[in-house]
Amino acid sequence: MSDSTLFKVTIDNITIEVPAGTTVLNAARKIGGEVAPPAMCYYSKLEGSGGKCRTCLVEVSKGSEKDPRPMPKLVASCRTTVMDGMEVKNITSEKVIDARNGVVEFLLINHPLDCPVCDQAGECHLQDLSYEHGKEGTRYEFQRRTFKKHDIGPYIQLHMTRCILCYRCVYTADQLTNKREHGILDRGDHAEIATFIEKSLDNDFIGNVIDVCPVGALTDKTFRFKNRVWFLKPMDAHRDCPTCSGKVTLWNRGDEVFRVTARKDQWGEVEDWICNTCRFEKKKTSDWVIEGPRMIDRHSVISQGHYAGNVGTTIPTETFEKVHNGRQPNLLMDIHDVSNVNKQHIRLSLLERPAHSTDFTPNQD
Amino acid sequence: MQALTSRGKEVSRKPMSFMERLYIPSILKGMAITFSHIFKKQPTIHYPEQKREFSPVFRGLHVLNRDEEGRERCTACGLCAVACPAEAITMEGAERLEGEENKYREEKYAAKYEINMLRCIFCGLCEEACPKDAIYLSETFAPANFTRKGFIYGKEDLLIPDPITAPEEFAKARGAHRNN
Repeated sequence: MSDSTLFKVTIDNITIEVPAGTTVLNAARKIGGEVAPPAMCYYSKLEGSGGKCRTCLVEVSKGSEKDPRPMPKLVASCRTTVMDGMEVKNITSEKVIDARNGVVEFLLINHPLDCPVCDQAGECHLQDLSYEHGKEGTRYEFQRRTFKKHDIGPYIQLHMTRCILCYRCVYTADQLTNKREHGILDRGDHAEIATFIEKSLDNDFIGNVIDVCPVGALTDKTFRFKNRVWFLKPMDAHRDCPTCSGKVTLWNRGDEVFRVTARKDQWGEVEDWICNTCRFEKKKTSDWVIEGPRMIDRHSVISQGHYAGNVGTTIPTETFEKVHNGRQPNLLMDIHDVSNVNKQHIRLSLLERPAHSTDFTPNQD
Repeated sequence: MQALTSRGKEVSRKPMSFMERLYIPSILKGMAITFSHIFKKQPTIHYPEQKREFSPVFRGLHVLNRDEEGRERCTACGLCAVACPAEAITMEGAERLEGEENKYREEKYAAKYEINMLRCIFCGLCEEACPKDAIYLSETFAPANFTRKGFIYGKEDLLIPDPITAPEEFAKARGAHRNN
């Protein structure tokens, strides 16, 4: 069977031709939209990922043209390759919806519902998935698993309780860096991501584990607790970086750069890996060449409040001065003189750690 | 012209009768109505001495709540600010240091929390959005002020008194229907 053979596969009554060897998930992603099953562990840019979370389960109602029997059980679409004439049911199958609801609930059994504290909230795949399936509550009444806290370096914060063991970060470290220093220790309920003997991860590209993490288990320490993603404005920017492509998304508030991440595509996967220098150390607007606002899905909470600035819209021009012969408007109160939030002399974005009470001493106000 | 309503009345141009020209019967009739009100129930109250009870759904000034141990409940999750239709709420989060466990309930807290009462429309959506039961609207009005500055309420203005060190003020701030 050569690679050029095209297989005809029908997913949710939509027929598409894909090369042999394509997985059902990737075929569905080619169709796009709601037909594509959600994936928590599969990552197209990481070899060997997938098959762990079971959220991409689909029903194969017809195996292939030669063997039309349906597959007896639901299959993980990220690991099942297409056959010629295969018929797959994703959202049209009640069995799949039901199974996926169960999977979401199982993923949430040990996941703490601490979204108000978690920095990932608003861009968390597990949060999206659970709300999509109406499973945002919990029926679990027992103690959730807890772990001893590991400090894994100055840049990355590990919250093991939030981890869903998707192995994405392990594959990232394996495939992007020369030497992997963290992995999954122990088995079953005790399994946890850890660096062996609490060794700090220091590799130029290790920051990418933050982006691949579908939940808030690995977060950016330089951004920790500083702001919520939906109050920030994502901007595409680039810089001339000797180690990586330098193409990033800046998360701004005003002209402050609160966070730098890689650009993510419609499946939430990074487009280009970026290096640690770009991610953690370049927190000034002057370090970057800004290309324009990043397009964010209209249904995402991140797009709230961005009245002007989506691609294609422009900020309306101020006409006051023109109408009043060059006179500035009389301000009855400048909010920046009164408000204690967002003080000009306290640049939270430039702190390399989360803000503490020591950063907000009363005499600074 | 066609009449707009059926209740229109034609103006009477008839000259007044003798009784009407006397005026006194009409005045007496009017005074009778006036004096009869002395014996009726008063619809008004003597405001500063007497106060009307608020309805249980009244939405007044915001209060930042504490838990039963006196720790601040707010975790600066920003849901009140994102729910606020008037964009009156701003905040800055911070990480709890070791030794501050008795002050803040969770590892993240609001170091700064501000409500612009000039913008606030007292809709109560912040109260509804709060996942931590940290903000609610009390049974008091925002008091008047001479300057606009006075309407920017910071955390020290909003935070409820500590239930352990000042239980009476705490109960007062919580309001009548929350205590019962």
